[in-house]
Amino acid sequence: MSELVFDDVTVRYGNARTGHTAVDGVRLVVPDGAVVGLVGESGSGKSTLAKAAVGLAPVTGGAVLLDGVPVPTRPGRRPVQMVFQDPYSSLDPRMTIGDSIAEAVPRGTPRAQRRADVLRLLELVDLDPARARAHPAQLSGGQRQRVAVARALAARPDVVIADEITSALDVSIQGTVLNLVRRLQRELGTSMLFISHNLAVVRYVASTIAVMREGRIVEQGPAEQVLGDPAHEYTRELLAAVPGAVR
Amino acid sequence: MTAVAPASAVGTPSRRMADNPWLAFAVRRTGRLLVSLWVLVTASFLILHLIPGDPVRAALGPTAPAALVAARRASLGLDRPLWEQYVDYLRGVLTGDLGSSLGSSLPVSRIIGQRLPATLELALLAFVVVVALAVPIGAGMGVLTRGGRRRGGELAFSSASTVVGAVPDFVLGVGFVYVFSVTLGWLPVAGRTGPSSYVLPVLALAVGPAAALARIVRVEMLTALRSDHVRTARAKRLPAWQVNLGHALPHALTASITLGGLLLSALVAGTVLVENVFSWPGLGSTIVSSILEKDYPVVQGVVLVYGAGVLLVNLAVDVVLSLLDPRSVIRES
Amino acid sequence: MTTMAPGVLVPVADRPAARGRWGSVLRTPVGIGAGVLLAAVLVLAVVAPVVWGAQAEAVDTDAILQGSSAAHLVGTDNLGRDLFARTMVATGLSVRLALTATVLTVVLGMLLGAAPLLLGRRAGRLVTAGIDIAVAFPGLLLALFFAIVFGVGATGAVLAIGVAGAPVFARLTSTLAAGVASRDYVLAARVAGVGRFRVLLRHVFPNIAEPLVVNATIGAGGALLAFAGLSFLGLGVQAPDYDWGRLLQDGLSGIYRHPEAALAPGLAIVVAGLAFNLFGEAVAKGIGLTSAAGVVRGRRAAGADRQPATERGPVAGQPVLDVEDLSVAFPGAGGPVRPVRGVTFSVGRGEAVGVVGESGSGKSLTALAVARLVEAPGEVTAARLDFRGTDLRTGGERAHRRLLGTGFAMVFQDPMTSLNPTRRIGHQLAEGARRHQGLSRAAGLARAVDRLRSVRVPEPERRARQYPHEFSGGMRQRAMIGMGLMGEPALIVADEPTTALDVTVQRSVLDLLAAIRRSDDVALLLISHDVAVVREVCDRVLVMYAGRIVEDLPADRLAAGRHPYTRALVATVPDMAVDLDAPLPVIPGRPVDPSAQPPGCAYAARCPLASDRCRAEDPPLAADASGSRVACWHADEVADGALAAAGAAREEVA
Repeated sequence: MSELVFDDVTVRYGNARTGHTAVDGVRLVVPDGAVVGLVGESGSGKSTLAKAAVGLAPVTGGAVLLDGVPVPTRPGRRPVQMVFQDPYSSLDPRMTIGDSIAEAVPRGTPRAQRRADVLRLLELVDLDPARARAHPAQLSGGQRQRVAVARALAARPDVVIADEITSALDVSIQGTVLNLVRRLQRELGTSMLFISHNLAVVRYVASTIAVMREGRIVEQGPAEQVLGDPAHEYTRELLAAVPGAVR
Repeated sequence: MTAVAPASAVGTPSRRMADNPWLAFAVRRTGRLLVSLWVLVTASFLILHLIPGDPVRAALGPTAPAALVAARRASLGLDRPLWEQYVDYLRGVLTGDLGSSLGSSLPVSRIIGQRLPATLELALLAFVVVVALAVPIGAGMGVLTRGGRRRGGELAFSSASTVVGAVPDFVLGVGFVYVFSVTLGWLPVAGRTGPSSYVLPVLALAVGPAAALARIVRVEMLTALRSDHVRTARAKRLPAWQVNLGHALPHALTASITLGGLLLSALVAGTVLVENVFSWPGLGSTIVSSILEKDYPVVQGVVLVYGAGVLLVNLAVDVVLSLLDPRSVIRES
Repeated sequence: MTTMAPGVLVPVADRPAARGRWGSVLRTPVGIGAGVLLAAVLVLAVVAPVVWGAQAEAVDTDAILQGSSAAHLVGTDNLGRDLFARTMVATGLSVRLALTATVLTVVLGMLLGAAPLLLGRRAGRLVTAGIDIAVAFPGLLLALFFAIVFGVGATGAVLAIGVAGAPVFARLTSTLAAGVASRDYVLAARVAGVGRFRVLLRHVFPNIAEPLVVNATIGAGGALLAFAGLSFLGLGVQAPDYDWGRLLQDGLSGIYRHPEAALAPGLAIVVAGLAFNLFGEAVAKGIGLTSAAGVVRGRRAAGADRQPATERGPVAGQPVLDVEDLSVAFPGAGGPVRPVRGVTFSVGRGEAVGVVGESGSGKSLTALAVARLVEAPGEVTAARLDFRGTDLRTGGERAHRRLLGTGFAMVFQDPMTSLNPTRRIGHQLAEGARRHQGLSRAAGLARAVDRLRSVRVPEPERRARQYPHEFSGGMRQRAMIGMGLMGEPALIVADEPTTALDVTVQRSVLDLLAAIRRSDDVALLLISHDVAVVREVCDRVLVMYAGRIVEDLPADRLAAGRHPYTRALVATVPDMAVDLDAPLPVIPGRPVDPSAQPPGCAYAARCPLASDRCRAEDPPLAADASGSRVACWHADEVADGALAAAGAAREEVA
């Protein structure tokens, strides 16, 4: 019952004369319990769209709605959470991973409950709960990214946005994070917007795919259809450019 | 991920301002200079109003007759509303009328005109010495100690430059006087007499900043030597001197200029202390004596000149930087 | 700090990093020296007034303005007071005033610097603009200004110096804070609903505390000197009080008769200033160093230097590049670290050879080593390093400049940084040709335009006059390739040439490389982490792991590799045909730290087939009948079953 809707969202930076439009009138629906993949090249505005959904980018036109109401962006419980690209910069090096996760637990949660939540979440992402007192420097990239996933889940989100969460990882580790994302999504039924420049990764995770270019969504639809029978010229170009693709 | 977005940014077509980054740079930089100048002029105007007590009474002493104090107050305009004084002051600054000294009654502009050349000579000569010493030494040390080579040389250089850089110019001046004037008798102790009288003040002013700048140049040189485009130059199999002088050094200098500019403007201010060590007849000794004598119109005038000098140095640094590195013009916008 | 191995639970003390780093600073010679000096100055500041206070005030009219003597070490002043005692006693006031001013600077600076984060966007920008304007004026000038406003005297000077230092400190705080505030972990905290003030206290201040403390220490030295300066000018401490600046001023007038009176306080100023300065810099350097070298300190496994045998495999005709037993070593804290160990391969005429491996496998370093671009302290050794039949190991850099300058082209990963940002493209292309081929300025430029055209840069005449920042990423990489084509290259070494590019741009760059190879019969050594790219472009692939070639096989047989690592590497990359119902295969554990190579096969810890022999003995790279080479004791057992087992296992909780 939590549906994230981008309703004609526009994000502009700078003033009217010299600014530029990063996201231009995007309409996109992330249905309840579904994973929507968003692909596009650098500068296409896909990360800006993600930031707009969590209040890190100014929405200058349209609205981001969760179940029909604007997503709250004030301090307090945030029902839309985000996992960032680089696990080496998304965890505070001075805080234990337990503290980092606990910080995201909604305010007003009793101390004991908070601690129990942290342990439960660590277990959920396949990390030893005993490591709650470790610092990020003691973890590998893949483990850090799993901590970041746990932190996003700590806020008890209705929707999770994953922004290029495997592109900073080595290929041998990428698989562990993707497997985790799929497992959690199935177990918890969280709605998810999964952003990546890598078509194969998106294909593996998402059931619906949207293709973004120069701030606009040029094509969206079921994964098999978009990848198997692309309607837009640009989608075909992207597919043809994948190394090893049949040409 | 593109760091610098290509001109074909998404969205509305860019207009003329954005099309010509140089024009945008000139407009922006001039705007900043004007705002800074306004802040400076306002600050110097406020000196008279921020000091505790009555400035005229303080200047003339407690024994001066009340009528004289009142007359002076009137001549300074202190009896009029603040905004009127402010407008008057602004007008004065624009027309070159900075009032007259409370002590000697000479026009402040004339005092500055007499004293400024000596200070300018000192600062410019010191600047030349700083650059002439720091760039070759810093760049040379950078090349010699790159990649952790010659650790001994690196240690010697960094400790020597730290120690020299930490000696304040006025203490260095006193030391120079003791060694070269008192003990050896080679150079005059003080005053501005002949060419030989310039040596010690210029060196006292230049040595510290030169050491600091040499350190900066070395570090920037090391960074430049590690950079990808210098590796490309090496991959082109250019001879070492061409890689170092043609590719690494310009990059290191561009990076040094920003920090070097701060040193340069600090050098302008440093003249105040050095002039007092060597009884140099410049603005530095003027401002100190006028502060002690509470001759506020002179103080205001000299503060303005020093501040404007610093702002001009900063402007020059930015312009040089924009010419050397075309990216800096765009990066700021 | 300990080097961590996968699967080891490391007990964690609270905040280990910070405490260890500050401690290690005090163990370096410079750190100890500076620490002792600073402690001495601080102790003296407290003790000196007690010890020498009476002596410093004792007026002796019989001994006025004397030089140094046994009774008066640095002589006496115009009231016959002992100047040594006065210089010592002055430590108290000088240091106390400097520290007071520093506290004022730090408090004001942090308030102003943090303001942009706490206030709204508009108010924050206003504060920042104000700081920017104030920073333009040197501290001494600001101090003079405030000294006028606050009035001549010690209190006025404290306020003046404290306030004058604030803009610089505010700028530092706001720059550091803005850096932290844009980090993902702060964004994540904001997304989690943490308020601005809590973000500042929990994330921003702890992460900028170290540089702030270091700079405050150095700033205290600066304040000490500034105070001496103001007092020297007569604007600071007023008689009958005295600090070093005051003593220096008094001494200067009599420098002919007894220079000690000026030199002693001068020396005191320098020493005290240095104590703060050196200590701050030692800490700064210590912090910087540890973060770079802290992890290297590890154990060195026995026998890590022994190289297993490597067979060369068949070589048809004269290869363009022939490398045998190439190693690269760097000095490390626990002896030399060798990220490339005994690599042997050759590249035939017109052949495209790919090198794949994870980050840290030594593939890029191998490319740099064959190009002879590894600089000291890195050390390259090889039993053979021939390029077109010339031994590159003999003779200096000068000897092969022409050969390599015209025949050996390099393309680097990041086209954004690999071109000189301050030179026009045409000039950068022409530069090498002018040197190696003796072309004139005009001829060099004409050739550059011609080469730009050949790499399909549109409007090459106009483009040649542009700077790199006016090029898009793909165009820059084309220009880099064009630069390599200025001569008549026999080999292009491309190190991750498309990693920084978008997929459609990558496609065009790969096509370009393929076209050049076809038309000019140029050999290609392509280094990439992307198996798919290498499989598509290359004839043959070298798989590297932990600095060694573990397999050398035809590109079309990558999926059927005989080394378990090759198989795993290919399997872990999802492609457009991957089974959506099965979990992705993963390689458990993590790559080997080059400073801690195990004695046996480096892959054994992650390998499903590893036996005791694997852990004890590094397998040789052996050639088979077809010319493929593999370094594995179990090369003949590698089967899909074993890998499936590995894929199903979740990465163990490490």
